[in-house]
Amino acid sequence: MGLMEKCFGFSWGVHPADHKRPAADAPVRVMPMPERLFVPLAQHLGAPALPAVLAGQKVKKGERIANPQGAVSAAIHAPAAGVVTAIGEIPAPHPSGLPVLAVTIEVDGEEACDGADGGPPPCDDPFALDPAEIGRRVAQAGVVGMGGAAFPSALKLSSSKKAGVETLIINGGECEPYLSCDDRLMRDEAPAIVDGIRIMLHATGAREALVGIERNKPEAIAAMREAARAHGDVTIRPIPVRYPMGSEKQLALTLTGREIPAGRLPADAGVVVHNVGTAKAVSEAIRHGRPLISRLVTVNGGAARAPGNILAPVGALVADVLAFAGGLKEEPARLIMGGLMMGMSLPHARVPLVKGTSGILALSAAEVDDRAPDPCIRCASCARACPMGLLPLEMARHIAADDFAGAAGRGLKDCIACGCCAYVCPSRIPLVQYFAHARGRLAAEERARLRLDATRKMAQAKSARLAAEAREKAEAAARRKAERAAAAAKAKAAAEAEAAASEEARALVDA
Amino acid sequence: MLAAVLSLTVLGAALGLVLGVAGKFLAVEANVAVAEVEKLLPGTNCGQCGFPGCAGAAVAIAAGEASPACCPPGGKAVAMAIAERLGVALDAASIDDDGPQLALVAEDLCIGCCRCLKSCPTDAIVGAPRQIHNVLRDACTGCAACLEPCPTEAIRLVPMPVTLPHWVMPRPLAA
Amino acid sequence: MKRARPARVFRVFEWFYGCKSIESMFNELFLLLVSTALVNNVVLIKFLGLCPVMGVSRRLDSAIGMGMATAFVLTLAAAASWMLEHWLLAPLGLEYLRILTFILVIAAAVQFTEMFIRKSSPGLYQALGIYLPLITTNCAVLGVALLNVQQARGFFWSLAHAVGSAIGFMLVLVIFAGLRERIALARVPAAFAGAPIAFVTVALLALAFMGFAGLNV
Repeated sequence: MGLMEKCFGFSWGVHPADHKRPAADAPVRVMPMPERLFVPLAQHLGAPALPAVLAGQKVKKGERIANPQGAVSAAIHAPAAGVVTAIGEIPAPHPSGLPVLAVTIEVDGEEACDGADGGPPPCDDPFALDPAEIGRRVAQAGVVGMGGAAFPSALKLSSSKKAGVETLIINGGECEPYLSCDDRLMRDEAPAIVDGIRIMLHATGAREALVGIERNKPEAIAAMREAARAHGDVTIRPIPVRYPMGSEKQLALTLTGREIPAGRLPADAGVVVHNVGTAKAVSEAIRHGRPLISRLVTVNGGAARAPGNILAPVGALVADVLAFAGGLKEEPARLIMGGLMMGMSLPHARVPLVKGTSGILALSAAEVDDRAPDPCIRCASCARACPMGLLPLEMARHIAADDFAGAAGRGLKDCIACGCCAYVCPSRIPLVQYFAHARGRLAAEERARLRLDATRKMAQAKSARLAAEAREKAEAAARRKAERAAAAAKAKAAAEAEAAASEEARALVDA
Repeated sequence: MLAAVLSLTVLGAALGLVLGVAGKFLAVEANVAVAEVEKLLPGTNCGQCGFPGCAGAAVAIAAGEASPACCPPGGKAVAMAIAERLGVALDAASIDDDGPQLALVAEDLCIGCCRCLKSCPTDAIVGAPRQIHNVLRDACTGCAACLEPCPTEAIRLVPMPVTLPHWVMPRPLAA
Repeated sequence: MKRARPARVFRVFEWFYGCKSIESMFNELFLLLVSTALVNNVVLIKFLGLCPVMGVSRRLDSAIGMGMATAFVLTLAAAASWMLEHWLLAPLGLEYLRILTFILVIAAAVQFTEMFIRKSSPGLYQALGIYLPLITTNCAVLGVALLNVQQARGFFWSLAHAVGSAIGFMLVLVIFAGLRERIALARVPAAFAGAPIAFVTVALLALAFMGFAGLNV
């Protein structure tokens, strides 16, 4: 932290009203299995998983129903016992409402024992295991980052080992307003989290683990301190309340004073960041062989009747979760999956929960500001709020004029889409939407470029092939012609010889 | 009078000589722009621009005889890249680009004649005689070269479907 | 610096000999550059050479290229026209051929520049397009050459005057291109979009340059 920040507080970020209580104080409720589960095959960053079951097949709870494919992917398990009724497209939990491939399971209520085939074997002493084996088991359990990005955790563990990471940073910041699932998890499951942290320390080869928890969660800090007391390598660090403290670059900077360079990975600064939820999932997977099939979800917002944290199975519909949580007071003006600042607005509630869903927010009309944006007044509030030190107003100007390359040149790639700029904008300009639009367009351009290169190679290959074929044909024709000519010459020679012979014979006869 | 004529003649001759010598030294061998433009074009030689292949189109574009936006399969992206390279002002909004397109074989009309296979510059259509042909999406450039040879008009171009990973957040309405 | 003057034909160094000291020479040179580049700016005060200022100012990099090319031609033409005037036209009494010969020299210089740019930077050559050969008819180039003759100064004074004008031209071109790049991103009312807002901007820029008239140089 720089001197300026020490003296004058933070130079980045915002401090929105957090609205975390009373949801954070309500005890966790366990959601019963709904009749049907819709488990999407693309719940994580990277390539979607490949289904490993057939329609009509019976599955046990925890059975693996999809295998990872490609370098970055994760396995998916059945959240409940039942029959696979369909593998088809359902609306994705995404603002576009486009379809996603999902496995539909008709739940039949038979609760199978833990560790049905597909999950890793349970283990009493994970510290005796090889770090690589822990990575494999975590991959087997299909654990992904629980903070929201859903990056496959096994990959992060193995790459940290390779990169020689020194410090494992555990994100218990939960800086998003409205969300309290990590808070609740730390209060209730602190020993399991600390166990998971120690397993991850073993797996990554890091020397120490720093758990950053924002100061507005005193109960969680106390519980985690109690659980970590016996372990010297796990340190609980209360951190200031500031959004986006939970972003890995900001958290690493606050906890270690090391800045992650632009365009680089945290491993380049010798750190790796995992969520507390991931630590819990790793502990469950390694100790008990339980795959990641359910998670804690915060249901909150002005339209929710009974805000709180729900332990819900992956694949349950948002509508079912909302109904179980006590229903809605009013028709929500906006339905958000994830946090208020970075979550995505859902087109409707008939979409499934995924592994990375930290919250479902049903916002009332009073909480949503739907007024049209005003022109930019160049107050630069967004530039002051930006935690990455970018100029959101300049980037948005370029994007509005379709100059995406110009926006990229002004640091669009470093934007973490935290939403601080849009939050502070007095003109209510949807800056993050501009940036998301520009990113999509840049990605589409890049895809088009790659496609063009690939098709050009194909076209060249085809013309080369045609040329080779034509040449071969010409050569073959020439060869045949030569052969034919040779044969003809031979025949002619033979005929001449014969003629000569007969002439001679005749001459002889004449003679 | 004589002085004026003489001095102007000498001046003109001298300048002409200087320019002639400079022209020798500063001669540009080949037009570099043509090669660079050709590199930006799709290279499938589909002929939709009306020029003989991408090399012909590159010559015409570099000479300013054709618009950088004359390549339908390349679309807006290629047009803007060429305009940028040549330093030509091109209004992005003026290019009518209905997005990337793909060829689609109507299965009930295809008779399996294999004529489209030969016309495809990227070998994107697979099939065998008397079997229904199919288009490989990743290889198809939407160049429309296969539409003409099809005797039953079984091939048409459709916009490339939007999928979840390819979805682009819409631009916000202007403030 | 009292030295014997050389023969009058070679008035090349006249300015040097006219100065009292090295300091006063540099003083005069500096004032001359400021005066031509800012106070009597060739574009915004004398309104010469407006065509490329409106035409090639959409992008900063091509504006810099155009400025350099024009500056080169302007300086070269001024030097060549001084020599022509003093060594050819004046001795032979052919002053009535002045514009004709100057245009000839300028055209040759432009041709040379065009060849050079085409060879060294094909991208810039394409970007400048028609405006590159049009430097021939750029009135700033001819104007500076003619003004030099009119004021009947020595060779180096004329050269310094040309360099100052070229700097002024480049300055305006670059400032204006920078402004236009920003205007391109701004939301301009439809009636003003494009050339109208550019004219309004260049008019305001000219007003701003009028402020330099207060400089006592």
